[in-house]
Amino acid sequence: MPAKLHVDKLLDDPATKVIVCCGSGGVGKTTTAAALAARAAERGRRTVVLTIDPARRLAQSLGLRELDNTPRQVTVEGFDTEDRLHAMMLDMRRTFDDMVLAHAGPDRAEQILGNPFYQTISSSFSGTQEYMAMEKLGQLAADGSWDLIVVDTPPSRSALDFLDAPQRLSTVLDGRIIRLLSAPARAGGRGLLKIVGAGFGIFTKAISTIIGGQLLADASAFVQAFDSMFGGFRERAQKTYQLLRSPGTAFLVVAAPEPDALREASYFVERLATESMPLAGLVLNRTHPVLAKLPAGKALAAADELDRGGEAPLAAADELDRGGEAPLAAAVLRVHADRVAVATREQRLLARFTKAHPSVAVTGVPALAEDVHDLAGLREIGRRLAGE
Amino acid sequence: MRPPRLGGVTTPIVGWTAGWTEELTRARLHVVTGKGGTGKTTVAAALAIALATGGRRVLLVEVEERQGIAQLFDRAPLPYSEERIASAPGGGEIRALAVDADAAFMEYLAMFYNLGFAGRTLRRMGAIEFVTTLAPGLRDVLQTGKVKECVGRTDDAGRHMYDHVVLDAPPTGRVVKFLDVTKAVQDVAKVGPIKGQSEGVVRLMHSGDTAVHLVTLLEEMPVRETLDAVAELDGADLRPGAVFVNRVRPARLANRSLPAAAGGRVDAARVRTGLATVGLELAEDELAGLVEETVDHAVRVRAEQRARELLAEADLPALELPELVDGVDVGALYELAETLVDQGVR
Repeated sequence: MPAKLHVDKLLDDPATKVIVCCGSGGVGKTTTAAALAARAAERGRRTVVLTIDPARRLAQSLGLRELDNTPRQVTVEGFDTEDRLHAMMLDMRRTFDDMVLAHAGPDRAEQILGNPFYQTISSSFSGTQEYMAMEKLGQLAADGSWDLIVVDTPPSRSALDFLDAPQRLSTVLDGRIIRLLSAPARAGGRGLLKIVGAGFGIFTKAISTIIGGQLLADASAFVQAFDSMFGGFRERAQKTYQLLRSPGTAFLVVAAPEPDALREASYFVERLATESMPLAGLVLNRTHPVLAKLPAGKALAAADELDRGGEAPLAAADELDRGGEAPLAAAVLRVHADRVAVATREQRLLARFTKAHPSVAVTGVPALAEDVHDLAGLREIGRRLAGE
Repeated sequence: MRPPRLGGVTTPIVGWTAGWTEELTRARLHVVTGKGGTGKTTVAAALAIALATGGRRVLLVEVEERQGIAQLFDRAPLPYSEERIASAPGGGEIRALAVDADAAFMEYLAMFYNLGFAGRTLRRMGAIEFVTTLAPGLRDVLQTGKVKECVGRTDDAGRHMYDHVVLDAPPTGRVVKFLDVTKAVQDVAKVGPIKGQSEGVVRLMHSGDTAVHLVTLLEEMPVRETLDAVAELDGADLRPGAVFVNRVRPARLANRSLPAAAGGRVDAARVRTGLATVGLELAEDELAGLVEETVDHAVRVRAEQRARELLAEADLPALELPELVDGVDVGALYELAETLVDQGVR
């Protein structure tokens, strides 16, 4: 059995400043982040949860109706967090704009913001969301008014994207390639030109035929305007990276009991170790623990016997309002056998993960039968996270 | 859509009258999309096997560069070529292709320009990624272009190389943008070879040769996303095909007793009496556990019923695939394919 992850201990520890929830898409990361924040606030910590692209109803449950990029206090009747729970949704475009405005002089900022290439990269480049999530986290941390910041990470196929995407954005903005494309003779340097030879000229020509010369020119203008402030950007990213490695940060890897999700979780655990980033443990969402010890085989045998004792089982099951104990008991037994089968599979998958990562603490979160769409649901998830 | 079987008690999934329509049998390009986590790749693979059943040749394509097909078929990552990965009952054959946008771009450039060694060097430097960043639509055009080429390719005798092509497409949130290359090519130059290629893609995507299938689970969020996607597809004049309801679990309780059970009212005393008739004597907490499991089950089944009702709004043919408790391995894919064939897929 893996070590138990004590969620309340983590939430209550004043040294815990940042909790990052990461994992592959569709495992319940956002819900986990929101539930953790709500629980921390209830337990007395001034908390903000930074969500990225939450499902509409989850956003509503946090009282977030619009994407306005600043923390809003969450107040819900009967929910005792006083003024301690805040939530926000990341607006990546606006975060990027703000960053440009903060780093470039007004003239230059205007030039950058109006560039068509900037508009592409600030709204649709796949690494931008991750980069901006880091930027926002940096801002919230620098703000100093929070006991605890809980961060959801962008929905991506791979859990690793969160760590890799900012690097990809840097590469694109780095300027080396755009300089090559727009003025290969000057910027490429003799060494490189020697390697790529004549093919390079053909390539740049082909590119400008395909995507159009204007786009290339825009990109070039953008990178040049951006270059002077880029040092600042990189410095900030570096600072956030250091924050992620500091002892006040705790990573929670979120997974569902599915092979793909646990494989991603495994990659992520290894990666965190490589980067010396502090892992608090694994949150295994949507488990189906067995609630009665009766073995499945025995339950099924008894269900079959009950069925044989009556008429056609399904028709008979309809009789249960009128005293059909046998069909009811048979149905209950089959439900139990199904559940044992599911639980066995989940335990097998978890055991495989634990074998590879024996030191990672785990908490299982038994599935709610229905989607979470209000604070009461988040609270229930919080209780389950804490093992109550 | 067929009237959904509301609360059917252990309705056998096999044997449900086929949702596959005559119109769908004429499609040659089957695009499979769905919310993340619904089992899109699994369904695409099972559909490919089902379509190949009886001796046809099917190409299964992925475009997200995550080697999902290789993992599913438990083999080494696929190279950028059409590899035979499985055979289907009756002499059918499934080949697989992982379309790598960078490789497709190089292939494309090579068709028109002779880059020599420069191509590989540029690729290593990240120049291709940079260009596709400049024009994000370009990536989609290159990938759909490759798919179109596979759909249209003929052998020496002029017959189609593949009877069907199944595309494991991006998730619902992105799929219309991906398929609707008309929009994407606005990013790229108005002239040149890409332009010509994309016109062919547009024709294929909007023709009766293409059907966009949606994979969902019987949960509220995936169903809502499915409905949103159907509306978006309609809006873009792309043709929604069938809905694949994945991971359907058996309902064990009688329909009539569901509301009470979901409301927490399962009479423990009667369960005890029933169990006693077959000699099962359980301790109080064991019995309470069984009751709690049953309530959980009832709540879930009721939520599934609501999801079915909601899904009926899509008014599309529907096919069901059962939950496989032991997980999906190659053998399981064949089982799933068989249930699809039983529901009329051909």
